[in-house]
Amino acid sequence: MYLAQAAGLLLAALARLITGTQGHWKGCPPTAEQRIYFANHQSHFDLVLIWAALPGELRAVTRPIAARDYWTTGRFKSWLTAAVFNAIYVSRTRATPDDDPLEPLVGALQHGDSLIIFPEGTRANKGEPQAFKAGLFHLAAQFPDVALIPTWIDNVQRVMPKGEVVPVPILCTVTFGAPVRLLPGEDKRAFLERARAAVLAQRPVAERVA
Amino acid sequence: MNILVSLTALSKLSASEQIALLFLSLFGLLVLVTAGGVVYSLRDRPEPQSKAAQDNWKQFRRDLNATWWGACLFWAAWISGPVGATVLFGVFSFLALREFITLMHTRRADHRTLILAFFVLLPLQYVLVGTRAFDLFSVLIPVYGFLAIPVVSAFSDDPQRFLERNAKIQWGIMVCVYGLSHAPALLLLDFKGYEGRGAFLLFFLVMVVSVAQIVQEVASRSLRRRPVARHISRSFSLRAWGLGLVGAALTGALLFWITPFDIGQALVMAVIAAGAGTLGGLVMKALKRDAGVVYWGNLSSITGAVGLLDRMAVMCFAAPVFFHSVRWYFKL
Repeated sequence: MYLAQAAGLLLAALARLITGTQGHWKGCPPTAEQRIYFANHQSHFDLVLIWAALPGELRAVTRPIAARDYWTTGRFKSWLTAAVFNAIYVSRTRATPDDDPLEPLVGALQHGDSLIIFPEGTRANKGEPQAFKAGLFHLAAQFPDVALIPTWIDNVQRVMPKGEVVPVPILCTVTFGAPVRLLPGEDKRAFLERARAAVLAQRPVAERVA
Repeated sequence: MNILVSLTALSKLSASEQIALLFLSLFGLLVLVTAGGVVYSLRDRPEPQSKAAQDNWKQFRRDLNATWWGACLFWAAWISGPVGATVLFGVFSFLALREFITLMHTRRADHRTLILAFFVLLPLQYVLVGTRAFDLFSVLIPVYGFLAIPVVSAFSDDPQRFLERNAKIQWGIMVCVYGLSHAPALLLLDFKGYEGRGAFLLFFLVMVVSVAQIVQEVASRSLRRRPVARHISRSFSLRAWGLGLVGAALTGALLFWITPFDIGQALVMAVIAAGAGTLGGLVMKALKRDAGVVYWGNLSSITGAVGLLDRMAVMCFAAPVFFHSVRWYFKL
């Protein structure tokens, strides 16, 4: 267990050295309430960045989601996700039609944990995030008391683009916005579109010279 | 007469005693200025202050902080010896290059080239400084790096904006790695009859460049001359720049006794270093205008922190010119 903790601290330190990552809590303070952080997804480094931006005591109760088909192939990947990040595995494909892929997430939320999810489902390599998958909507409907925090991770696609293994040092920021709530009677598509816009709205605008 | 007596007394001290005295007076001066600032900030100011006065005060606080950082860095570089100084400046090079590359819009195909710059050329350059291999150190990046960077880029099979992308990366490592690595090189440069006093040479460089910057800043505020390049810097005028050089020359001549130079040489060296540094500052300003930012550093920083490169840029230009002038003139 110590090894996993040390590996976590090492990863966070490494992320800081390479990206100088700073958490900008613009819409909400970093408090210990139950939350779902949902963010744009461009690189495997995303997870480490959000994780490094969280204060230490929140890391222990904030669990990321990992795709079962990718992250359980091989002992190192499983150890990294399970022991270091305490991740929750989700299947991207259903074995049977009755299977609910959200079941493990629901379990974790009932247990009181916070989550980090990437509602695009996969890594995008365009600037803007792809359309969100429905999981976020179902979780929001089932757990109205959990705060949904839109999160934008900036610049990380330049640090480690899809397909590369060595990260390049470039400054990144993680911006946390004001919580989004599911409005009464709001339908799925409208909510997902609004959530995506909320993530996009956290994108930092460069301070331009007047 | 008194000064001459005390100077002879000073020169009788051993190298390490002189260095200790140097740091003592440096930090003593800083403590005095800081104490003065604290007292000033505690004073009652009944009428609301003008915007300009507040800006000046903020600028003073920021510069004072930077000077403290610089002095502590200098001290750390000295006490940690050749290895420590090399590692310390290596880390600063890394952080500065990180800031530089963040603002240059690199493409996906530049990834391998950037890995070469950050993880091969940068460490190699500092290993060469640490081992005092000054001949290879002087040509590694301008000659070998100049070839290696575009070759690795060409392998990535993306012809778009090829020249521009490579030029940016080459420029970035020239400024942030090559330029800055000359600061520890000064600490390690061997002068005959001047062994163990490298810290004075770096101190001399920092002092004359800072004096030139301060004099130029003050002069451009009070003179209001026509700027040479209005779109790049509204404050840079030739007369202010010249006054900065005069300030640097006087400082250099006054400090000649801590260097291996005589008065005339110290004066000329000071002018060369200060001229390179202040003009380099103007160049970095142009680059920032091009990138569309006010400061280097993290773009959306809410702390308002100024980037490291803003502090280092002037040294990145002054150190190599100074180093190579000294090496060439004294045939070291």
